Amino acid sequence: MSDAPLLEAEGVSHTYAGGQVGCADVGFTLYPGEVLGIVGESGSGKSTLLSCLSGALPPSRGRVRFAVRGQGMQDVFKLSEPERRLLMRTDWGIVHQNPRDGLRMSVSAGGNVGERLMAVGARHYGDIRSEALDWLGRVEIDAERVDHLPRTFSGGMQQRTQIARILVSQPRLVFMDEPTGGLDVSVQARLLDLLRGLVRDLGVAAVVVTHDLAVVRLLSDRLMVMRQGRVVESGLTDQVLDDPQHPYSQLLVSSVLQA
Amino acid sequence: MSTLQPAGSGAQFHSIDGVYNFAYLDEQTKRMIRRALLKAVAIPGYQVPFGGREMPVAYGWGTGGMQVTASILGVDDVLKVIDQGADDTTNAVSIRRFFNRTAGVPVTEATTEATVIQTRHRIPEKTLREDQVIVYQVPMPEPLRKLEPRETETRKMHAFAEYGLMQVKLYEDISRHGEITTTYDYPVEVNARYMMAPSPIPKFDNPKMHAMPALQLFGAGREKRIYAIPPYTKVRSLDFNDYPFEPQQFEDPCALCDAKGVFLDEVILDDKGDHMFVCSDSDHCRDRRAEGHMGPRAREAAEKGYGADE
Amino acid sequence: MTQHMMLQVQDLSKTFTLHTQGGATLPVFDGVNLAVGAGQCIALTGASGAGKSTLLRSLYANYRPSSGQVLVRHREAMVDLTGAEPRLQLEIRRETIGYVSQFLRVIPRIPAEGIVAEAAVAGGMDAAQALDAARALLRRLNLPERLWSVPPATFSGGEQQRVNIARGLIRSFPVLLLDEPTASLDAENRNVAVALIMEAKAKGAAIVAICHDETVRAEIADAVFDVSAFQVAA
Repeated sequence: MSDAPLLEAEGVSHTYAGGQVGCADVGFTLYPGEVLGIVGESGSGKSTLLSCLSGALPPSRGRVRFAVRGQGMQDVFKLSEPERRLLMRTDWGIVHQNPRDGLRMSVSAGGNVGERLMAVGARHYGDIRSEALDWLGRVEIDAERVDHLPRTFSGGMQQRTQIARILVSQPRLVFMDEPTGGLDVSVQARLLDLLRGLVRDLGVAAVVVTHDLAVVRLLSDRLMVMRQGRVVESGLTDQVLDDPQHPYSQLLVSSVLQA
Repeated sequence: MSTLQPAGSGAQFHSIDGVYNFAYLDEQTKRMIRRALLKAVAIPGYQVPFGGREMPVAYGWGTGGMQVTASILGVDDVLKVIDQGADDTTNAVSIRRFFNRTAGVPVTEATTEATVIQTRHRIPEKTLREDQVIVYQVPMPEPLRKLEPRETETRKMHAFAEYGLMQVKLYEDISRHGEITTTYDYPVEVNARYMMAPSPIPKFDNPKMHAMPALQLFGAGREKRIYAIPPYTKVRSLDFNDYPFEPQQFEDPCALCDAKGVFLDEVILDDKGDHMFVCSDSDHCRDRRAEGHMGPRAREAAEKGYGADE
Repeated sequence: MTQHMMLQVQDLSKTFTLHTQGGATLPVFDGVNLAVGAGQCIALTGASGAGKSTLLRSLYANYRPSSGQVLVRHREAMVDLTGAEPRLQLEIRRETIGYVSQFLRVIPRIPAEGIVAEAAVAGGMDAAQALDAARALLRRLNLPERLWSVPPATFSGGEQQRVNIARGLIRSFPVLLLDEPTASLDAENRNVAVALIMEAKAKGAAIVAICHDETVRAEIADAVFDVSAFQVAA
């Protein structure tokens, strides 16, 4: 309990230009290695919140602070743009729902994974390549595919390549936006296992936004349930899923078909 | 070889035919371009946007280089124009004629005689001097464009010196072909800061850009960008520690002038596949032959009693 | 009481409110007080539906009690698990309270030995050592060696249960919560499970167990606790 927080959200609210509420008064503290799940249906504000947390959308009110290496807690939106962009390439990673948003489709899988290394100054081809191969292996992509373009990959492989591309820089915090969305069920299970193993082995903290309760059951330690921009319930993932208190959480949990 | 003299003397600010302003562009435009040039020189390798004008040739024929040349040309200048190293190709001849007519400045094919050299795709073999300026015609000034199509994003990459992506391009070369196969327009880092496209010169010429005594100016007409390398500026070709930058090397000397360590072009001699490698820099080759150097073909021809280049 | 107090339940009550059923309330128990010392095993009894599982889950902070406290000795101090910050709750689960449920939550693609070893790694053991310990435990529980490297999804109930017991008992948790640990086991393996539980007790674990098998209950429990006594009259 002695380690310091990694990410802190305080009263984060965002109202869109038309007065539409994106998210309202969201607060939490995330510690190193913790995985926080955010669930809710479409329009519940979870994507808006994720944008605010990941530095993409300045909140109308409230603040988001991150423990920048050697600098302590820093307001994410008060960092200079190059500082924020550096964070994005090193200590942070975003797993997009659509891998096309997170990959360079005209660059080989190896080049995609190696980019973050080169971005921070790696200049030895052999080292970059062997690290790329190592990470592609960890996300279960055959070494033979290292020079292939992601557009020749299946959706699941693209998603795994995207994850390798992020994890290669050994980030401390990963944001995931519906990481299994758009994938076949069998592929989803494999990806989830993989993510679970990686998150555990690397001790990386994560914020996972999803509408799929199975995803958070497997990945997250803690859970927030959002509705109409607000957090209606939070707690340990198994608490919220096994003993939901809020009417909306109960509805959400009871709506899932038991396989 | 021969220096053309201006056809009319005293034409200080007007073109010789009296129709166009000196060097075609109006003075205001030239001032605007000179301001952009000053900024470009102040920030080596940085692409300065400028209000490019329509030139009486199509984009792709050197409109950017021509506007830069027009803006820096004075009555005392001597202009040389080369295209792929040669002075006698259509593009070079047209541009030379254009300035000879609109500015009335003397033109030359001799590198040593020129004060301004406009070039497409080559840097002359002879080391340029402090009193010379080389103007490059640039089709695509943005070195990151092929990898990152968003202009807003490439601007930020330059602003924050985020150049990992350029390295990705070289990584892709090696992973696909076992070596860096980029042979022209090979990206360079200028003054340890800006990533720059050297225009489509062969990478053979890249080392000449480094610490060059002459001022180097770059003009991109379609993209409306100007950039520059001031004299004696550090220019480094990108590479990997384990795949260092290597300019092209030619095993045989020039077939005509016997020059080694110069950039050679392949010339097909007949429809039976007979060919030879000769200097791409036609002025350099001519000078050497005048000095008595003789390549294998030239020697063979001399023995048979006729000139090999005829 | 001379025994070192490990778990103390104070005035605990639990009522479910079913918002999806028009806000119907479902009271389960009220006013539960229970104390468990180190090396002591308490068996929860009561008819089906009396709330044994609900109480056990409340002791793990899986269910959230409506009122009352669950005090646990964590890092030498009594801590209220119920009202603790999620982060502290996780830490208590990681270090202090072990829970062996009735059913194994199978994680696809992770082999049996991996599931067991993972629990030991979570407790700070290094990976190789944990794998050795996991295999030793699975061997002791007579799980055929060919199954060790297979994900337990296709295992029989008894096989899954043994993986589950191994997972819960590979570490020496100071507090152990057991929900029908021997339900699907044959006599031989039931004996092994009982022996493991007795060993945990001997190491000082405070145990709360739900156990329908009276023989097993008699062997492991020092006292029984009848949950139905706290049932709320509907």
